[in-house]
Amino acid sequence: MAVGDYLSGIFGKSPVKPMQQHMEKVFACVSELVPLFEAVIERDLDSLATVQKNISKLEGEADDLKKKIRLHLPSGMFMPVSRRDLLEVLTMQDKIANTAKDIAGTILGRNMSLPDIIADDYRAFVKRCVDACEQAQVAINELDELVETGFRGHEVKMVQSIIGKLDEIEGDTDKLQVKIRYKVFEIEKDLPPVDVMFLYRIIELTGDVADHSQKVGSRLQLLLAR
Amino acid sequence: MQIIAEYGTLFLILAGVFGLFMAWGIGANDVANAMATSVGSKALTIKQAIIIAAIFEFAGAILAGGQVTKTIRKGIVDAEALSSSPELLLFGMLAALLAAGCWLLLASSKGWPVSTTHSIVGAIVGFAMVGIGMDAVHWNKVGSIVMSWVVSPVMAGVIAFFLFKSVQILILDKEDPIANAKRYVPFYIFLVGFIISLVTLLKGLKHVGLDMTIIQSYGIAVMMGLVITAIGIWAISRIKIDLTEDRDFHYTNVEKIFAVLMVVTSCAMAFAHGSNDVANAIGPVAAIVSIVTSGGEVASKSPLSIWVLLLGGVGIVAGLVMYGKRVIATVGNKITELTPSRGFAATLAAATTVVLASGTGLPISTTHTLVGAVLGVGIARGLAALNLAVIRNIFMSWIITLPAGGILAIVFFYILQAIFGG
Repeated sequence: MAVGDYLSGIFGKSPVKPMQQHMEKVFACVSELVPLFEAVIERDLDSLATVQKNISKLEGEADDLKKKIRLHLPSGMFMPVSRRDLLEVLTMQDKIANTAKDIAGTILGRNMSLPDIIADDYRAFVKRCVDACEQAQVAINELDELVETGFRGHEVKMVQSIIGKLDEIEGDTDKLQVKIRYKVFEIEKDLPPVDVMFLYRIIELTGDVADHSQKVGSRLQLLLAR
Repeated sequence: MQIIAEYGTLFLILAGVFGLFMAWGIGANDVANAMATSVGSKALTIKQAIIIAAIFEFAGAILAGGQVTKTIRKGIVDAEALSSSPELLLFGMLAALLAAGCWLLLASSKGWPVSTTHSIVGAIVGFAMVGIGMDAVHWNKVGSIVMSWVVSPVMAGVIAFFLFKSVQILILDKEDPIANAKRYVPFYIFLVGFIISLVTLLKGLKHVGLDMTIIQSYGIAVMMGLVITAIGIWAISRIKIDLTEDRDFHYTNVEKIFAVLMVVTSCAMAFAHGSNDVANAIGPVAAIVSIVTSGGEVASKSPLSIWVLLLGGVGIVAGLVMYGKRVIATVGNKITELTPSRGFAATLAAATTVVLASGTGLPISTTHTLVGAVLGVGIARGLAALNLAVIRNIFMSWIITLPAGGILAIVFFYILQAIFGG
């Protein structure tokens, strides 16, 4: 007897919790960048390989979650936010993890090392980039509250301030990146040119972690703007 | 006439058994939709839900079920056309009961979502059209019934939309939603008590011998509202606010306050459901009883016997207790998205609409009304995801159920006629 299925049938699977789980996975993946660069700086090849494997695994899990969410968002679903905007947020979240995987893969594949003079700055830089991702997660964790309040009122103000903070953190990472680039520029003549190319590439990719995190925030803002 | 004198008792027993069976089916299946919202939102345990449903379904059936029963009993078929051959109406009503019962049984076993209301209305119209003649159907009445099937979900949706908007504006979107919830929830509780009492008093109570003036009715409704509000305020004051629970989801405590409101609203919904859906089972029974007891007088003015309503009430409660538990649990588990603040808006909107329809004597589908109300909350951007494919299924079930009930009723009608002679 399934007459009651009428009523339950109307409730689609809420994408909110899965979105948050995905972001959690992304953050777990990105957090591994701190031990990754620690291993690079310490030239600890063993733990570098372990961390890279871990990052790759977490990125794969995030990918699976992403695919599942997409499958459960058929176009007939009626949601308080546009389906396309929500999927954009998801894509952005996923890009953060992808970037982390690229960084780890490139470093391991080319057996890279960081010049000693930028080591401390780089630690701070990575830390701040991971902070940005964490802040993006804080914002995504407000999604269920936003649904509860119908994307209006006080809760929106709160999320705006979370996103404001995220922008600030991203600004910090930009400054750190400029500083590191300048230091590398000063010594680049003494290093093998191909290594320098890839060093710049790693710096850029690390900055992208913060960039994509910020974009998660700005896509979320699109959901609020209405 | 002879047939009635000869087999009168047999017909009464048959009608009683079929009616009881239908009521049992309603209790087993349909009540789940009325109560699952509060179970799903964790405002009530299943056991509590069963007890509340039993009490209020019964009360709704007895106190406010009369008008719709009257419609099913003599609103659809033109009894005047049958004054010379009352046995036709007897066969027809029995056939309609059987047809609706069989159709529901079949649909349930296949998992098709069909409405009891549509089955019985389709069955009655079917037998009247073919067994008696096109003129025997009150088409304008049938028209208004069908209209009400469209209007009721829309109306419930609109009410739910504004209710939930008001909750958002007054409570959820504020800086201190807990304090605001404590302040405003009692007003909503009053609203529930007042509206349900008022509609019942104004429309439903004539058949139990209570006839009050409008002013008396309003007075009693206000009193009822105040009493329920007082109980509600007491219940809210007993809620322990634990701010550490808000760390993960900031509205945990607010929802706890809304849970009180949800319980009150669930009572209203059970009452509304009882008032409207009991008629599907006992309307035909009432028609048969009045023909047999008056010895073949089709258009008898005899009032509805209370024992027929009782029969319906008992049937619903029996079905609920025996089978409803499982259905409530199943549906409740699937609709956890409906937190108390949303569930209350949807359920109150549906309950109000259903009670209004009951008072007007229109048999509507409680579940469809609830679906409309849930959509209203969704349009107020209050639900994360709604599956609109359900609306298509609802239309499909209309298109299938009405003729299916009708054709089955025609078949049973001719079988009965062949057995007893006409």
